[in-house]
Amino acid sequence: MTRLDALANADHDTHPELDTHMIADWLDIGTVDQLPALGARTLPVRGGQEIAIFRTANGDVYALLNQCPHKQGPLSQGIVHDTTVTCPLHNWRISLIDGRALGEDEGCVPTIPVKIDGGRILIGRKEALQGMA
Amino acid sequence: MSDRLHMIVIGNGMAGCRAVEEILARDPNKFRITIFGAEPRVNYNRIMLSPLLAGEKSFEDIVINGEDWYAENDIALVAGDPVVAIDRATQTVTSRSGRTERYDRLLLATGSDPFIIPVPGKDLPGVITFRDMDDVDKMLVAADAGGAAVVIGGGLLGLEAAHGLSLRGMKVTVIHLMPTLMERQLDEAAGWLLKSELERRGQTILTQADTGEVYGDGKVEGVRLKGGTEIPCSIVVMAVGIRPATGLARDAGLDVERGILVDDHMMTSDPAVLAVGECVQHRGAVYGLVAPLWEMCRALADSQTGNPSGYTGSVTSTKLKVSGIDVFSAGDFSGGEGCEDIVLRDATRGVYKRVIVKDDKVVGAVLYGDTADGNWYFDLLRKEEDISEIREALIFGQAFAAGGGALADPKSAVAALSDDAEICGCNGVSKGKVVACINGGAKDLDAVRATCKASASCGSCTGLVENLLAVVLGDEFAGERQVKPMCKCTSFTHEEVRAHIREMGLKAIPEVMQEMSWSTPDGCSSCRPALNYYLLCQWPAEHVEDPQSRFVNERMHANIQKDGTYSVVPRMWGGVTTPNELRAIADAADKYGARMVKVTGGQRLDLFGIKKEDLPAIWGDLNAAGMVSGHAYGKALRTVKTCVGSEWCRFGTQDSTGLGIKTEQMTWGSWMPHKFKIAVSGCPRNCAEATIKDFGVICVDSGYELHIGGNGGIHLRGTDLLCKVATEQEALDYCAAFIQLYREEARYLDRTAPWVERVGLDYVKQRIVEDAVGREALRARFLYAQSFLQIDPWAERAGGKESHLHEHIAEIRPFAVVGGAA
Repeated sequence: MTRLDALANADHDTHPELDTHMIADWLDIGTVDQLPALGARTLPVRGGQEIAIFRTANGDVYALLNQCPHKQGPLSQGIVHDTTVTCPLHNWRISLIDGRALGEDEGCVPTIPVKIDGGRILIGRKEALQGMA
Repeated sequence: MSDRLHMIVIGNGMAGCRAVEEILARDPNKFRITIFGAEPRVNYNRIMLSPLLAGEKSFEDIVINGEDWYAENDIALVAGDPVVAIDRATQTVTSRSGRTERYDRLLLATGSDPFIIPVPGKDLPGVITFRDMDDVDKMLVAADAGGAAVVIGGGLLGLEAAHGLSLRGMKVTVIHLMPTLMERQLDEAAGWLLKSELERRGQTILTQADTGEVYGDGKVEGVRLKGGTEIPCSIVVMAVGIRPATGLARDAGLDVERGILVDDHMMTSDPAVLAVGECVQHRGAVYGLVAPLWEMCRALADSQTGNPSGYTGSVTSTKLKVSGIDVFSAGDFSGGEGCEDIVLRDATRGVYKRVIVKDDKVVGAVLYGDTADGNWYFDLLRKEEDISEIREALIFGQAFAAGGGALADPKSAVAALSDDAEICGCNGVSKGKVVACINGGAKDLDAVRATCKASASCGSCTGLVENLLAVVLGDEFAGERQVKPMCKCTSFTHEEVRAHIREMGLKAIPEVMQEMSWSTPDGCSSCRPALNYYLLCQWPAEHVEDPQSRFVNERMHANIQKDGTYSVVPRMWGGVTTPNELRAIADAADKYGARMVKVTGGQRLDLFGIKKEDLPAIWGDLNAAGMVSGHAYGKALRTVKTCVGSEWCRFGTQDSTGLGIKTEQMTWGSWMPHKFKIAVSGCPRNCAEATIKDFGVICVDSGYELHIGGNGGIHLRGTDLLCKVATEQEALDYCAAFIQLYREEARYLDRTAPWVERVGLDYVKQRIVEDAVGREALRARFLYAQSFLQIDPWAERAGGKESHLHEHIAEIRPFAVVGGAA
C-alpha cells in the first residue's frame, strides 16, 4: 500500500517516472491495474472522508466519496456494471459519472475528478481533500 | 535557390515525410529540406510492418517514398545517422557522426519509443520490441528457427506481432496484464470474442497475467509470471505500449510534458521549432494512431505556407484485421450519463455491434466480426449528425437505415420483408412461418418461441419477432409476456438461460451474454450473480469464480453491516464447540475490537464490527484454532442446528447431534440458489425447530422423518414431509440428493419454500423418493461438486488470495494533519 503525503507528492524527485506530468493539483494514487475490472478499492483520507476508486469493464476509472447518499453504504463494495455501481446495502444504483442516484431514487454523492496518465491514476487534490476538518 | 529557408526534419518516418509532402504540395520553393533518419532506409509505412512480419508483404511493397522522391524534390536524406543534439541558440543540430547543420525551421518528427517493462532479464538477447524493420528482421530469424514465442502485451501491436509469428509457424503465447484484450479499443464483450477466436486459432492468451521476469542463461529461455508459471520460449516480444520520443526536445529545453507541447499550428515553445506525429502533445492529447498524423501535417503545412488553418485535435477510430478477424472501434464507448447503448449480437455469424448514442448523436461504436459500417458510424460521430430519424434502424447499418422514410421504421422494414426472408438464423425460420404461427394463435413472444422456435435459441432476432407480432396483431399485441425474463438485460427466463448454458457448453459470463444476445454490455447487479451461480453449478470442475459478480457478502466472505464493518461467524459443527474454540473466539473478539459478540439463531457466535482490512487476519487466527468459515454470509449451506439427542436427552431417540455434524460436514461449502438451513431434532418435540428449515430431520424410534421446504422469515412456511428412512446413511443420501435437485432446478434467489410450491411436493417425491437411480445420480453429482467447493475461503484469504479486496489502494495523509494534529 502506498502512503501519500499530499505535499511530498508534489515533489518530482520522489516520482522520477512521472516528473513533468505530476503537478500539484493532482494526486497520484497508484496504477489502473491495481483495481479489479468491474470493481473498486478504497482510499482513506486522514481527517477527511474515504474515497472509492472504481474501474469499469473497459478500464475507465472513476472516484466517488465512499458513501451512498441513501444510508452511507460503502459504494466500493457494490457490484459495478457499465458506469453504475449498485450500493451493497439497499441496492440503490449510483452513476459513477456524476454520483447521482438513478431510477426512482434521489440523491447525489460527490465525485472526485480522475485522469489516467501512463497507466497511473491521478485524482483531483482539492476535491479529494474537501470536507476535511 | 539559396534564398530558400532551410528546414531540417528529424525523423524519416511517416509523420516527417508526410509533413514534407504536404509542404511541397503547397509551395515547392519555400524550403530547402534535409531529413535525418535513425534507420538506414528510405521512408516506409510503419503500420505495414505487421503484414511484412506475416509474410503478406515485402519491404518494397511498404516503401512510401523511394530514393527517387528525395532526388526529385531536392531533399537531402541523412539515413542511419541520427541527430543527437539541438542547439536552439545557434539554430543547429548535430548528428551522431558529428555532422552539424544550421536550420531556419526545425521539424521534430521523432515518433515514439517502445516501452520496455522493467523486469529482470529485459536486456537478454532474444527480447525484441516491435517498432521498426530491424525488429521484424530479428523476429524473422527467430521464426525460422521455430519454437515458441511469448508476446507481452495484448494490445493492437502485440496481437499483430503474435499473429505474424503464429503464421510464421511459432507457438505463440500472449501475456496481457488486463482482463480483456485491446481494452483501449474494445469493450469487454468484443475483447472476449477476440480472445476466444485467437485461442481457437492456436494462440495461447493469458489475461490478467503479470510478467515477473524473463529468464535464461545468456539468452532468452522463457518468461516467468508473477505467481510462478513458467512459459519456455526462444524470443520475447515486448509490445506493452509506446511513449512519445521526447528526449531530444527535452534536452533542448523545449516545453515537454508527456509529449512535446505544440499549439494548433504544430509550433513548439520555440517558434523556429515545429513538431508533428506521435511525439507531440496537443491540447493534452497524445496520439498513437496514424489518422491524427495526417491532420497534424495538413495544419503544419498550411501555417508554414502562409495559410494557417489550425489543428483542433482528432477523434480517432481503430479498424483492423487480426488473424482475419475484423474489429473496429471509434469514439467513446465507456458509456456514461445520458448514453444509451444499442447492441446487436448475432452469435451464429460471430458478430457483435454496439453503438453508443447520446443526445441523438453517435458518440462511440464497437464492431466485431462485421465492420462494414464502421466508417459510416465514424462519419456520423465526427459530423455529430442527429440520428433521431434513423435511430431504430441504426444498428442494422447504413444500407438498412439509409433506406430512409418507410424502411427506417423497423415495423415497416419487417413488413416489407418477403415471406421467405429468414427471421431466425439459428432455427431456419422464415417470415412466412412466423406470420403463420402468429395467425395460428401465438399471441406473444413465448408462444412464437414454443410453436415455431423463432428467437428461441440465441435470441438475436427477438426484436424482429416482436415487430412481426406488432405488425400482424396490431393493437391486439400487448407486448407483455406471461413468463418473466431473468432481468432487463435479456428476453430469456432463468430456465432458458440455464438450458443454454448446459446445452451449448457456455463457461463464462461474457460468453453467455454474447451467445444469448444480452442487451447490456456487462449485465447488471441481478443477472451477474445469477449467471455466476448457474455456471458454477453446471461446471463444478471448470468454473472460474468472478468475484466482481458476487454480492458483497460472498465477495468478502463476511456480512456487511450498516456502518460498513463486517460480522464474522466461524463454523460450529452441529452447534457444538469446545473451550479452546471459545477461547480463540474470545481472543479474536478482543484483538480485533469486536463491538458485540452475539449468539445466532443457528447455534454459533457472531463477532460484530470487524473492519474490512482486519478480515484476513482474524480469519487466520480462527483458522489457527481449527475453525473455518461458517458461510453465514452466503447463498450457501448455513447451519445444521441440532438438539442434544440420545446422548444426553431422556427423550432422545437417535444421535441427532452426531447426525447433524455428519450432515454439516457433507454439505458445508456448497453454493446454492439461496441460503439453505438444516436442522436435526432428536425426537418429535423438535427442539431444533427442524420443521421450518429447508431440510429438516425428526428422529423417531424407528428411524428418521425427512422434511423439506420450510423457512422462517417474512412468509413463514412449515415443511412438507418428504418421506421416512430407516438409517442415518439414508438420511444423508436423501439430503444430498435433495440439495442437488434444488441447486440444479431452482431459480437463483428462490428459497426451497417457493420452489417446492412451484414444482409441487409430488414432483420432488418422484425425483427423490420414487426414482432410486435418479436419487443416486443427484447425490453423486452433489458430492462431485462438493469435492471442488469444500475449500475454506477464509484460509485462502488469510493466505493472501484476493488481498486487493481488503487493502486500500493508498492512503492520503494531508500535510496539515501530518505536520499538525497527527
